[in-house]
Amino acid sequence: MIQRCHMLLAGGLLLCTQVQAVEFKQVLANESSVTFAYKQMGVPLDGKFNKFAAQLAFDPAKIAKAQARIDIDVASIDTGSTEANDEVVGKLWFNAKTYPVASFVSTGLKALGDNRYEATGKLSIKGRTQEVKAPVTFQAAGNRGAFDGSFTIKRLDYAIGEGEWTDVGTVANEIQIKFHLVVKVAPSKK
Amino acid sequence: MNTIITRYNTTAIALHWLVALLVFAAFPLGMYMHDLPLSPTKLQLYSYHKWLGITVLLLAVLRVVWRVTHAPPALPDNLSRGQQIASHVTHQFLYVLILAVPISGWLMSSAKGFKTVWFGVLPLPDLVGKDKALGEMLSNVHESFNYLLLALVLLHIAAALKHHFIDKDGVLLRMSLKGERS
Repeated sequence: MIQRCHMLLAGGLLLCTQVQAVEFKQVLANESSVTFAYKQMGVPLDGKFNKFAAQLAFDPAKIAKAQARIDIDVASIDTGSTEANDEVVGKLWFNAKTYPVASFVSTGLKALGDNRYEATGKLSIKGRTQEVKAPVTFQAAGNRGAFDGSFTIKRLDYAIGEGEWTDVGTVANEIQIKFHLVVKVAPSKK
Repeated sequence: MNTIITRYNTTAIALHWLVALLVFAAFPLGMYMHDLPLSPTKLQLYSYHKWLGITVLLLAVLRVVWRVTHAPPALPDNLSRGQQIASHVTHQFLYVLILAVPISGWLMSSAKGFKTVWFGVLPLPDLVGKDKALGEMLSNVHESFNYLLLALVLLHIAAALKHHFIDKDGVLLRMSLKGERS
């Protein structure tokens, strides 16, 4: 905790004021979301993952120590249609039986100023791991804050859509992943 | 027979046969694609079907505009009053359906959450929001309209052939692609 202390001569008191030494640690899953957007035959479509767990530690004053890990239950995918939901958990797409979890583990966070950051991390889906970079904004209000960011992956890098589905003319290779994580301050340990 | 046949004008004839051609492509395509297992081919066929349908809608609007601004050639005198009314009603229904079938498909797509992007380039607005129950309902409406259209098209063709081969009154020639220009 960073503290600045001033002698208050009048009272002879040592008054210490906090300089934003708050650590956001608790992710409010119900208010957070992991969504994605893609194109199919030129038609913009979007979907979401209904179940994911996120662990996070973020102190705006100590961003070098920031950490995040998001584990997504790939079978909780909602593409918007039952037919597609049944298809994409299958072997050719996510193969959710063998690879039930997709995860993002942060490796670094860079401050860009103005509440903007650049997060880097390793994204693992279907047993394949790639480095990803995502611009992130962080807005805090009181003891709550929200991270918002998005990045684009190429689904074929993770073998999402094998066989006939490697045809990126039908389902585009680019998949935009968007996240909105609502966090709360955890009492900081001293 | 020496009856003078007044033909529809070139615009009306071209629009009629173009719509006929597209409907004859889109209808069986719709029937076929519906039960396919999910595959890239299925997604492509759905898009082609929607592109055809929206093209029909556009041409249908032009046809209605043409019809409202032009009088069709008079029917031959040998038609009874009943036949004339039947012909008139059938044509009105056909005009309504070549509009209603693609519109119901467009709305169904929106309700099911799949926007229509004409030829993969021009996104059409979603006139209804995503709504599963509405999507199912519009799917039934689209199907019913199609069967009604099929029935009327068959009636339309049967009537045209009857006039041509049995009555030999030249009604079909009003809309034929070949023939003397009027």
